[in-house]
Amino acid sequence: MPSFVMTEKCDGCKGQDKTACMYICPNDLMMLDKERMKAYNQEPTYCWECYCCVKICPQQAMDVRGYSDFMPLGAASTPLRGTEDIMWTITYRDGRIKRFKYATRSTPEGSIKPLEGVPGAKAADLGNQLLFSEPNMLGVKDLPTIKK
Amino acid sequence: MKEFTTEVVNTDVLILGGGMGGCGAVVEASYWAKAAGLSVTWVDKAAVDRSGPVAMGLSAINTYMGLDGKVTHDQHTPEEFVKYVTNDQMGLTRQDLVYDIARHVDSSVKSFDKWGLPIWKDEAGNYAKSGAWQVAISGESYKIIVAEAAKNALGTLGDKGRLIERVYITHLLNDEKESNRVCGAVGFSVREDKFYVFKANAVYAGMGGAVHVFRPRSQGEGFGRSWMPPFLAGSTYATMLQAGAELTQMDEPFVPPRFKDAYGPVGTFFLLFKTPATDVYGDPYVFAYTSETDKWAPYSKVKPCPTAVRNYEMVLATKAGKSPLLMHTEKVTERIKKEVTDPKAQKKELKKFEQESWEDFLDMTVAGATLWASLNIDPLEKPSELQLGDPCFIGSHASSVGAWGCGASDLMPKEYADAFPEQYNCMTTVKGLFTAGCGLGASAHKFSSGSHVSGRIAAKSAVKYAVDHKGYTATVSDGTIKKLKEVVLRPVALYEEKKGFTTSPDVNPNYISAHSFLFRLQKIMGEYAGSWETNYETTDKMLETALWKLGLLQEDVEKLGVDLAKNNHELMRAWEAVHRMWVGIACVKTRLARKESRWPGYYHKLDFPNLDEGKKHFINIKYDAGKKEWKTIERPMISIV
Repeated sequence: MPSFVMTEKCDGCKGQDKTACMYICPNDLMMLDKERMKAYNQEPTYCWECYCCVKICPQQAMDVRGYSDFMPLGAASTPLRGTEDIMWTITYRDGRIKRFKYATRSTPEGSIKPLEGVPGAKAADLGNQLLFSEPNMLGVKDLPTIKK
Repeated sequence: MKEFTTEVVNTDVLILGGGMGGCGAVVEASYWAKAAGLSVTWVDKAAVDRSGPVAMGLSAINTYMGLDGKVTHDQHTPEEFVKYVTNDQMGLTRQDLVYDIARHVDSSVKSFDKWGLPIWKDEAGNYAKSGAWQVAISGESYKIIVAEAAKNALGTLGDKGRLIERVYITHLLNDEKESNRVCGAVGFSVREDKFYVFKANAVYAGMGGAVHVFRPRSQGEGFGRSWMPPFLAGSTYATMLQAGAELTQMDEPFVPPRFKDAYGPVGTFFLLFKTPATDVYGDPYVFAYTSETDKWAPYSKVKPCPTAVRNYEMVLATKAGKSPLLMHTEKVTERIKKEVTDPKAQKKELKKFEQESWEDFLDMTVAGATLWASLNIDPLEKPSELQLGDPCFIGSHASSVGAWGCGASDLMPKEYADAFPEQYNCMTTVKGLFTAGCGLGASAHKFSSGSHVSGRIAAKSAVKYAVDHKGYTATVSDGTIKKLKEVVLRPVALYEEKKGFTTSPDVNPNYISAHSFLFRLQKIMGEYAGSWETNYETTDKMLETALWKLGLLQEDVEKLGVDLAKNNHELMRAWEAVHRMWVGIACVKTRLARKESRWPGYYHKLDFPNLDEGKKHFINIKYDAGKKEWKTIERPMISIV
């Protein structure tokens, strides 16, 4: 079905102009039915099963049913994404369960300041081959080049 | 018909596309633009946090040199990387472009580390290599982290930095005073009824590669499970072609050898776990058909064997009746049990193998994990099927499609210089038009890290271009904008005009839906142009037939009809289908022009079945929008290492 929305859990992100799943879907699949205040996948055959919607849903109202072309029913991979790791529960068709936990990031969300601590750009350097933070960030004294 | 308002955005540097390349471009452009007082506008058809092929995450960084030596093993030089890529591409590569990416790529990877991407390390802090060029990561949030850095860098420009999401770019704009000069782009929003006109001094086109030009193997719900994501619509190639840019190697899309159906990644299993792959009878298919594959020597005899030859072995095994091919993950379990005899240590080692196997899938192809669970396969106990997928146009993996771009001034051979009217790194043959990542051709194996740094190289160059051309104003008449807006919205107008003719708007002789248009393209490409339907085989006669039918398809662009009653989503699907058609035509024309079979596991010409070293040159393609004429151009292979 690829991603689906559970009717009872979805609150349409409480009447904001767009839902979290609509905001995040890289393929513009998720839509809000404003009359029912429920989100839905408007084009399941174009779903990549990337789980971006499942991971972001504040109500945990979303999950994915594997593509019916080649996945027998009954199995699921269900994520629970936190601020620094993600928990996966794998449910087998025959009922076996596996659980895994993996790291996702080592810095607080929103904290990245990519240009801080990097010497400011000089117009004269636009003509050379060095990108910002180089050559320091490369860990070498000089940028490699070819002897012609 | 609903009204679309027109919004004009003026900017110095326009960055189109929010994937890895776009994120690299924005962080770099922001740094240089701030000092130069320039504005930067960033446009994506999705939300940059999760757009592009890294949306789901990745389980490895595939391009890393380790120039500083702080790696567990496999420290390499850019020269070594160039040699590896050249052989993988069967001798044809722009070595100057590949070298440039290799010498810079570590600085992007180390930035990811600093920004918070969990890179696997040993106790001394050395990066854990999982292959010659690979670094293992826990990359579920890879894209979010890289996008956050780009957004925060853009934020330092204040009101001179702007991000506009959910806008689909349909066309690039050429300057009316100077036709071989790009000066902006147009597109529409899928969230608001708005037609956007961007006018810029320098334009970076990085909207990714293309899938769904060829027909996917699954066509029900699984239509969307292409190996690369289904949102890659080829806009980079289609818009650059129509703006007059020369593209290269469009005959050589990548055919992914992957776990069957869900396209789970194979790299970690092959490289890190040393997992054996065999035919269904348990015999290795790798190096099993040397009487045939030796015809692709010297390339086929170099280790690692080029991807296109390894693929060809899979085709040969399948044609010999020895499929399904299998990845023997259970043999890794057997090996661990044999090698580690202490029960406690063995249990620990098996647990580690299980954790890492599942992470490999869950970080980047969750469907692969669900497929194991739905077939009741525990990879520690049972093998899984392998198969070749549908061809994907991707300039950053083991293929070279993309624009013919200018190289760095200290690296590019002089023989390439005259193709470029002005010489700026990563500028195409059109002035003011830059590209990187999947948009930059003949520079394979960038992967995620190389695409990011490729975007950075292009963006610094684009800022320099804007500085050098300060005072430039784009010349685009109101008439041109009006006409383009009509063209972009034509499918909506046609649908509204004709929908009442039949009782069900779904079947109507006056128009064709975006989805039906795409199906027709995929049928032509799949059945004539060399895809899985024909064991990746084709001939000039088949390609000529494809071209005839693609010509009729092109006429039907004017017959696209879309219903926008619910939202603007279908209009995006229509333009994606049109862009894919342009990519398909470029591919077929280039395959016709190449009178040899250089990449037999990508496409094999039965009428020119062998490698011909006399034809070892790039085949480029160009479109003249004024005359509506296509032209193929041969460019020489010049080695620098």
